[in-house]
Amino acid sequence: MSDKIMGIIARFENTADLLSAAEKTRDAGYNKFDCHSPFPIHGMDKAMGLKRSGLGWLVGISGIIGTSSALLLQWWTSTIDYPLVISGKPLFSFQAYVPVTFALGVLLSAFTALFGMLILNGLPRLSHPVFYSDKFARFSDDGFFLSIESDDANFDPRQTAKFLESIGGKDIELLRRE
Amino acid sequence: MANGTENIAEYSGTEQALDPDKLSFRGITDKISGITERRTPPVWFVAFGAAFSLFLVLLGSIGYLIWEGVGIWGLNNPVGWGWAIINFVWWVGIGHAGTLISAILFLLRQRWRTSINRFAEAMTLFAILCALIFPGIHVGRIWVAYWMAPLPNQMSMWPNFRSPLLWDVFAVSTYFTASLLFWYTGLIPDLATFRDRAKKKIKKLIFGILSLGWRGGNRQWRHYELAYLILAGISTPLVLSVHSVVSTDFAVSILPGWHTTIFPPYFVAGAIFSGFAMVVTLTIIARKIFSLDHIITLDHLEKMNKIMLLTGMMVGYAYSIEFFIAWYSGNIYEQFAFLNRAFGNYSWAYWIMISCNVLIPQIFWVKRWRRAVPVMFVASIIINIGMWFERFVIVVTSLSRDFLPANWDYYRPTFWDISTFVGSFGLFFTLFLLFIRLLPMISMTEIKGVLPQADPYHHCPGGHNE
Repeated sequence: MSDKIMGIIARFENTADLLSAAEKTRDAGYNKFDCHSPFPIHGMDKAMGLKRSGLGWLVGISGIIGTSSALLLQWWTSTIDYPLVISGKPLFSFQAYVPVTFALGVLLSAFTALFGMLILNGLPRLSHPVFYSDKFARFSDDGFFLSIESDDANFDPRQTAKFLESIGGKDIELLRRE
Repeated sequence: MANGTENIAEYSGTEQALDPDKLSFRGITDKISGITERRTPPVWFVAFGAAFSLFLVLLGSIGYLIWEGVGIWGLNNPVGWGWAIINFVWWVGIGHAGTLISAILFLLRQRWRTSINRFAEAMTLFAILCALIFPGIHVGRIWVAYWMAPLPNQMSMWPNFRSPLLWDVFAVSTYFTASLLFWYTGLIPDLATFRDRAKKKIKKLIFGILSLGWRGGNRQWRHYELAYLILAGISTPLVLSVHSVVSTDFAVSILPGWHTTIFPPYFVAGAIFSGFAMVVTLTIIARKIFSLDHIITLDHLEKMNKIMLLTGMMVGYAYSIEFFIAWYSGNIYEQFAFLNRAFGNYSWAYWIMISCNVLIPQIFWVKRWRRAVPVMFVASIIINIGMWFERFVIVVTSLSRDFLPANWDYYRPTFWDISTFVGSFGLFFTLFLLFIRLLPMISMTEIKGVLPQADPYHHCPGGHNE
């Protein structure tokens, strides 16, 4: 099978260069690009033109589901299915149900925070075009990379490479599927 | 140049305890990854052997307990709760410092926490595991432990949700799960570093699976950062609630000495106090063995000592207010319970507690001692001994002298009480040593993120000083 070009990456020297490169790439009309760095960079969302993550909504909804189902469970077991008077308290003595309600709300929210984040990120995934480059491994050490996918409407192997060079990119490499 | 210096000054203003001149991105990666990549030092095998032997002692003690029943412990008629509950509360308390460091200090933007949070979170997980053993085995009939969970069963019975003991089951198991998820979330980018550095195929495969395909793109970071923030946000009330719930095991009962409203905040302060002491103990050993002085600096240790000084005095305040309330309440049983604590037949334990928890931490008023590693090492161990005795005093003095003198008895532990407790250290250190050997014990991602050169505005024209 012939090599298929999946995208292109370029390395930048530091966070400031990557940040300004992101702004220029955004302004040049690319939208399927990403900036890879060993740690999150302050101001990058704005530079790339990204909106705030929607994860908060997912966690908020699951927190409500967690607390209300915990309360429902305690109400149903203690008043309907197995009513038992304990220390003369009413069957639905809701004050006593607060700790478990809170704990289950937190539990479901915590699961949603991690797994929701993974789902929004499309993780786990076994492979990605950026990993076709050997140089890319530096992203988790001290490398700052900008990648543009070949699906992008403005992508053209030669033009995009030239563009990345013009904004200061180094080690420019086409990502080829072997 | 001027710009760069200003930035460093600004960072030191935000509690930056790291020396930026000594650290580079690559240097951090090499240092932290190197700990797990080089050959296992012989001292590790010695330590692991000792820890694992103790772990076997724990397994043996539990095995005999299941075979023979809780009669092998020193429990007697008034004292139905002995070392098992003491150890449970002690271990859970130790876990609290890890969550405080990882969640609360994160929300308060205390950047110095990045050097110690991974480490402290791991300590939390292993301490909660040790804690969970005790309520699990103390029921005697361990094969019906699942009755604690709300599972439909053939008896059509449900757990009693009005019991603090059941709240405990939910609070502590949620605490463990949420801490694990928080810890793993923090680990993902560092696991990717390990994957990218791996030379052997099998190692690359394992870390490749664990890091879930992380590629550090900002499209991922924006979800990731919010997930981390949310986890910190929900862990904060959780950690404060867990020890409050643990304290209600006592406070909801009517026993003199237990039935007080001060218990929840008092327990939380004590938990943070002992937890920080354990973090200091472990940190001092780790930074010595792996020469991490430039990443975990004296400033970090000093800050933890200040927290111990503060929480130690909160605990001391609780001890004294308990006496005041006993007198002020006019309740003779309450008054007797506290006089008995200080001057009764367990007064030796009470005064050990007071000296270890209230008097010893006062040395941290002196800056020189706060920054002296041997002093804080000894003090941190003494504090944890004191905090164990605090739980001993609470549990045993109140139970052994209840309302009716005819019921009174003296409680002493048996060999199996001691072996189970000592064995739990085996579990703790076995897991901790494995963690240090196999995983990044300091968060590389977060340390890099707080360095001055991580800030894009640090690289303004004239600001290039790397």
